[in-house]
Amino acid sequence: MSELSASPVSLGRIFRVFAQIGVTSFGGGIVAYLRRALVEKEKWLDEDRFMAALEISQTLPGLNSTNMSVIVGRQLRGAAGAFVAVLGMILPGAVILTGLGFAYVALRHDPKVALILTGVAAAAVGLLLQVTLKIGWKQLVRPLDLSFVLLVFVLVGLFHVSLLVILVTVAPLAVWMHRPGAKKEGL
Amino acid sequence: MTKIVELINVFALLSLLAVGGGTAVLPEMKHVTVERHHWVTDTQFAEIYSLGQLAPGPNMTCVALIGYEVSGLAGLLAVLVAFFFPACLLCYFVSKFWDAAEGSPWRNAVQRGMAPVVVGLMLAGCYALGKTASYNPARDWEFNLLTLAIGAAVAVILSVTRINPALTIVGGGIAGYFLLGS
Repeated sequence: MSELSASPVSLGRIFRVFAQIGVTSFGGGIVAYLRRALVEKEKWLDEDRFMAALEISQTLPGLNSTNMSVIVGRQLRGAAGAFVAVLGMILPGAVILTGLGFAYVALRHDPKVALILTGVAAAAVGLLLQVTLKIGWKQLVRPLDLSFVLLVFVLVGLFHVSLLVILVTVAPLAVWMHRPGAKKEGL
Repeated sequence: MTKIVELINVFALLSLLAVGGGTAVLPEMKHVTVERHHWVTDTQFAEIYSLGQLAPGPNMTCVALIGYEVSGLAGLLAVLVAFFFPACLLCYFVSKFWDAAEGSPWRNAVQRGMAPVVVGLMLAGCYALGKTASYNPARDWEFNLLTLAIGAAVAVILSVTRINPALTIVGGGIAGYFLLGS
């Protein structure tokens, strides 16, 4: 399970590869960057293992990108490998954001800066909506899935039902509807 | 110090609730940080999220800025660790045993069942952000029409081109500067 390549990859190399992904990826499309670097360039995983790791990353809580870093880093060099991979993934963005944060706190009351920030925030909503529709179109066209999408949206978006409540009520129900051997309605 | 402990509690829980990625936890995060703890305002939350789109790497790294707002650099570091460490630790141990479940039809059921829940959460996140970022009742209709148009333009541009998403965010800022001031 854990032996991916004949000679062990150095921790420095793991950090560098993940930092490179961390510094070049923008706007939530990190999976594509990960595939290019890990499967095509470094050849640390084949396509099947990449998909298997992605599947785990998406099912467990946490960001897909950091979960992928944990899994691949662990397979390469155990706990230390997982640690440097996550660090490499997060650190570049965190440093840049810290700089942006300083500027934000200092300048946000400037009316001109406030206008820029309003435009930036308005654009971010469009980006988030586009990503949601791109990921979710399959769910939006199946009646059964769509009913769960709408149920969660109404409960969380309009009635502020806690996410924890959703995860112990609606989520198990949704999984149950897709249980092995269930009638494939609306698929 | 109590603020730091509170930050850690809140973001560690959010970390473990982030099933389906960071964006799915957005509505809950906004509710807790804005309405319950009053750490940031509606507008600040939307702005901080947007700044996250301008920096490379996972865009939810922007949560660190909420920590910075609350207690400076210590808050920033506390939130960063609290938001990433618990989920990473869980992933580290669970992924070790995951392969034992290989081929189980329940694995597929979990994935198929969770997908619409995550999409619903993401839509709720769009709505939570849009409520202040795209439509602000305190502003006149022309202002709101422009902010809605900026969002719509970004969604359309990203659907039909393969442009770097960060550039559309920068474009939104430029549009805001020139269009919203008048």
